[in-house]
Amino acid sequence: MLIRGRVWKFGDDVDTDVIIPARYLLTSDAKELAEHVMEDLDPDFVGKVRPGDIIVAGKNFGCGSSREHAPIAIKGAGVSAVVAASYARIFFRNSINIGLPVVEAPEAALEAEDGDILEIDTDEGAVLNTRTGRSYSSARYDDYIQQIIDAGGLMEAVTRRVQARLAEERQA
Amino acid sequence: MGQTMTEKILSRAAGREVHPGEIAEVAVDLVMTNDITAPISIREFKRTGLERVFDPTKVVFVPDHFVPAKDIKAAEQAKVMREFAREQGAVYWEVGRAGIEHVVLPENGLTLPGQVIIGADSHSCTYGAFNAFSTGMGSTDIAASMALGTTWVRVPPTIKFVYHGTLPEGVGGKDLILYTIGQIGVDGALYAAMEFTGETIDALEVDGRITMANMAIEAGAKSGIFGCDDKTRAWLANVTDRTYEPAESDPDARYERVVEFDVSTLKPLVALPHLPSNVHAADDVGDVRVDQVVIGSCTNGRLSDLREVAKVLAGRQVHANVRCIVIPGSQEVAKQAHKEGLADIFMESGAIWSTSTCGPCLGGYMGVLAKGERCLSTTNRNFRGRMGHREAEVILAGPQVAAATAVLGHVASPAALN
Repeated sequence: MLIRGRVWKFGDDVDTDVIIPARYLLTSDAKELAEHVMEDLDPDFVGKVRPGDIIVAGKNFGCGSSREHAPIAIKGAGVSAVVAASYARIFFRNSINIGLPVVEAPEAALEAEDGDILEIDTDEGAVLNTRTGRSYSSARYDDYIQQIIDAGGLMEAVTRRVQARLAEERQA
Repeated sequence: MGQTMTEKILSRAAGREVHPGEIAEVAVDLVMTNDITAPISIREFKRTGLERVFDPTKVVFVPDHFVPAKDIKAAEQAKVMREFAREQGAVYWEVGRAGIEHVVLPENGLTLPGQVIIGADSHSCTYGAFNAFSTGMGSTDIAASMALGTTWVRVPPTIKFVYHGTLPEGVGGKDLILYTIGQIGVDGALYAAMEFTGETIDALEVDGRITMANMAIEAGAKSGIFGCDDKTRAWLANVTDRTYEPAESDPDARYERVVEFDVSTLKPLVALPHLPSNVHAADDVGDVRVDQVVIGSCTNGRLSDLREVAKVLAGRQVHANVRCIVIPGSQEVAKQAHKEGLADIFMESGAIWSTSTCGPCLGGYMGVLAKGERCLSTTNRNFRGRMGHREAEVILAGPQVAAATAVLGHVASPAALN
């Protein structure tokens, strides 16, 4: 997958409470959640972010709560990918499961600035910063995780398995 | 080559020997969600076309975050969960018989040594206190497990923590875990299993171990785990007659690293805003006034915590400028606290005694903070905006520091009362 977008830069340890505060966890609707994404870190972010933009952050992005509402809110705001130095594991899983591209590229994350344009090739594991002309490699996904991505998300993969099993049972 | 207890549990659940770093599909013994995370899990589960969850006795729904319903939307979410749980015949406790998930599940004997437990709540790592492999996941992962009865895990490397020394009076499990997070940082155990060992741990009661395992996620860990010993077995004997198969680490097990701490002079600690790793001795932070004290949660809402609080509050008054909110971890804890006279002590001191809920810990309700307010809390996270306004502050501490702070109106340990 090729992704190109404008950078919004954040720091280390961005937690899921600031990505989507718990006071908004009264819905699982992506559009409603997106209206409050990153609100407690930057109240103006919702007004500034445009479809296709990329969130860039430091280490341990998405730490804290397991709320899937966090990647749902980011995706709902039209953000095309997150590039970070590292991820908290539950956030990483949640993002893969719902089809939000999460790219682990520490140097690219460190050197990117607000307003830069990044070009990401998830298949090649490459990130290009068009301002500096520098390209970086990003961590490759395990085959198991790549299968989930290729299926379009975890439930798509699970549904295929379940349907195949049900079809077998019907034949038997 | 030897295995750690975590590798043994996952190998058993995978049906083959697994090693750190590899991805394995494992059978799950328990799958849990709550009123916030269940609606997404249920929606995603239904997409599979399946009508029944894999095993209703192993699928658990706990209403705890925004119940008793704080508003109409919370009521709708709780209703979605309640109706699905009833339709499936799954494990469910109604308000009045429930409480906070991580208090209720162990109380009901559902979390046993050697099990694999996953929950759509990040503090699902709590059950490692009982020698289970337990971890938090998102709603969609839980939906997949409700369908398949399995999940995938990357087998974590284990970091062994060895605690030496006898804990000083007034220092407990919360101080141990805050100290640990303060030393290694909020991503100090990222993706790893934290194995807690040493003579300090051997002497620590199960409730203190629960508090420690509960906050493993605050160091970025996948799980926190303890061995199964006589204390574990005695605790479990009170709640279940089910058999279980504990896992022990081999003497030649391979650890990612071994971290040793001498905790014989540990002091009562606090974590100042806005990270759980910002740890200081409670009596060294200067004159830090608080507007509110919250005592409870999955971290410190058990009977033993409330007993510690009552010991401090008995015969004393909550400071006039402080709102002190005491919340039992479950209905069972509440009932016992009434029987023992603890609830009377809280109310006589000027604290409020709430029904069981996660409410204020995540800024849900029952104690949300206004702009500029500061709260000392026995909960687990002090992120910006966690308990209310983004310009409010949260300080984390154990139950004794919380009680002393409520009385004095500023951050302090019970030593400052004399």
